[in-house]
Amino acid sequence: MKILVAIKRVVDPGVRVHPLSDGSGMNIASARMSINPFCEIAIEEAVRLKEQGVATEVVVVSIGSLAVQEQLRSALALGADRALHINTESSLEPLAIAKVLHRLVMQEQPQLVLLGKQSIDGDHNQTGQMLAALCGYSQGTFASHIDCKADEVWVTRELDGGLQTLALTLPAVITTDLRLNQPRHPTMPNIMKARQKPLAVIPIADLSVNVQPRLQTLSVVAPKLRQQGVKVVSVADLVNKLRQEAKVL
Amino acid sequence: MNLMNSTALVVIEQDTSGFSPINLKVMGAIAQLREFAALEVDLLVVGKDCTAIAEAAARIPGIRQVLLADGEGGEHQLPEALAPWLADLAHDYRYLLVGATTFGKNLLPRVAALMDIQPITDVVVIESANVFKRPIYAGSALASVMTDQPIKLLSIRASAFTALEAGDVVAPITIIIPPKSQRLSRVVSQQQVAAERPELTAARVVVSGGRGMQSGENFHLLYQLADKLGAAVGASRAAVDAGFVANDMQVGQTGKMVAPELYIAVGLSGAVQHIAGMRDSRVVVAINKDPDAPIFQVADYGLVADLFTAVPELIELL
Repeated sequence: MKILVAIKRVVDPGVRVHPLSDGSGMNIASARMSINPFCEIAIEEAVRLKEQGVATEVVVVSIGSLAVQEQLRSALALGADRALHINTESSLEPLAIAKVLHRLVMQEQPQLVLLGKQSIDGDHNQTGQMLAALCGYSQGTFASHIDCKADEVWVTRELDGGLQTLALTLPAVITTDLRLNQPRHPTMPNIMKARQKPLAVIPIADLSVNVQPRLQTLSVVAPKLRQQGVKVVSVADLVNKLRQEAKVL
Repeated sequence: MNLMNSTALVVIEQDTSGFSPINLKVMGAIAQLREFAALEVDLLVVGKDCTAIAEAAARIPGIRQVLLADGEGGEHQLPEALAPWLADLAHDYRYLLVGATTFGKNLLPRVAALMDIQPITDVVVIESANVFKRPIYAGSALASVMTDQPIKLLSIRASAFTALEAGDVVAPITIIIPPKSQRLSRVVSQQQVAAERPELTAARVVVSGGRGMQSGENFHLLYQLADKLGAAVGASRAAVDAGFVANDMQVGQTGKMVAPELYIAVGLSGAVQHIAGMRDSRVVVAINKDPDAPIFQVADYGLVADLFTAVPELIELL
């Protein structure tokens, strides 16, 4: 089974980010960048499926400027076999990303496509579902467990009210949730080996996909901060204030 | 001011109790949207054996009708069956709304791609008929987004809107042809959590524990407190990752978004992504023995104390 994993380069989750003072975007020009944590989980799952002999090849793809090759090399160091860099200077919306990935799915014909459930920058939670729609494939979102059977894949999904296990006909698109696995750290020998693995660069124009944005961002501002309140001296004081002042009890 | 005449379709969410409370929050967003457009609103109930839910939906005020699509193909509301059918139906409307829950997040983008529409998910403010605010970067910023697409597909974050109350007027129910059955996916099993307490996103009071709880057993303290207050119990990601409690209790950007009247954070440091999930609560109480815990910066009332003495005392005094 061939697996395609789509990953995104995002601001490292450990970095605190703030909007620019003119409201035109986020102040991230010099921020440390990483693979989106949910995408890292997708890579890890694909690599484990290969180690178990279920997957034969793991192809990793990312869309963006030359800089995304850093994250693609990291993915190769984690165990992916080859990488595709879709080269563009533009920032794409989820629908456009899904259209680009759809073209690649048609070319690569993977049995399974793994993606993170959302990126921690845009927080859209859309791309996987859109890709499944465009391909006409089954979808398993918020996956916390994946079990490959002969001609289908069973996916346990984390829902608001509990867990749901789906049997998906292959090919399928799966988006990963936090508890699917604990991603490994790359080892030095694997980082060295990753440099030799194939990384193909495809100009986005070669895919003939309309990636024009549909939305216009008018402003990006910090949310209203909560006012810091008061310290209470005792539990009795707390209960009293909640009753008399806040009137919530 | 003359408001533009427009139409909206709301996909009604079903849960174990039947009619999910999220639907009344989505109607709260519809009420805001009505300040900018004269809306005819239809509610869509799709599923198997869901007539009772359609009857509950019909009691929502201010709607034109409930569309009821009852049949095998709608069972479990799988997006593979619903999306192509809903994409056809939605072409007759200018807005398609759904709650930003795991149900809505699973369905809406699949519909959107088939309609060639870029949706706007997790809407927290309706600024005009075509400008919407949504949080980005785990709630570190709010983006104001405009769309000129002919149909606006929106998912609504429940914690940001006031629930509309069901009334006495009953709207007509129109039976429509349900989606066809499909073979791409099927449900093998479904595990619902036992609902002894109110659902997190709908509760008036939420009590949450963090890593400071030290173990899953110690959460019994919070359950006792919650039972006194009629509260739901949540947890930080740290507490979930440590295995203290189940992951569906997680409050935060990657878990559930809550905005109760009263939020009590116990032994919880207050990581950015946790605060993103509860910052809209009306009154926040923090109990933590570390006076420098960031949770105190967002708390209306902070108590620096050992939770293992403070919580039993609190239970006693309530």
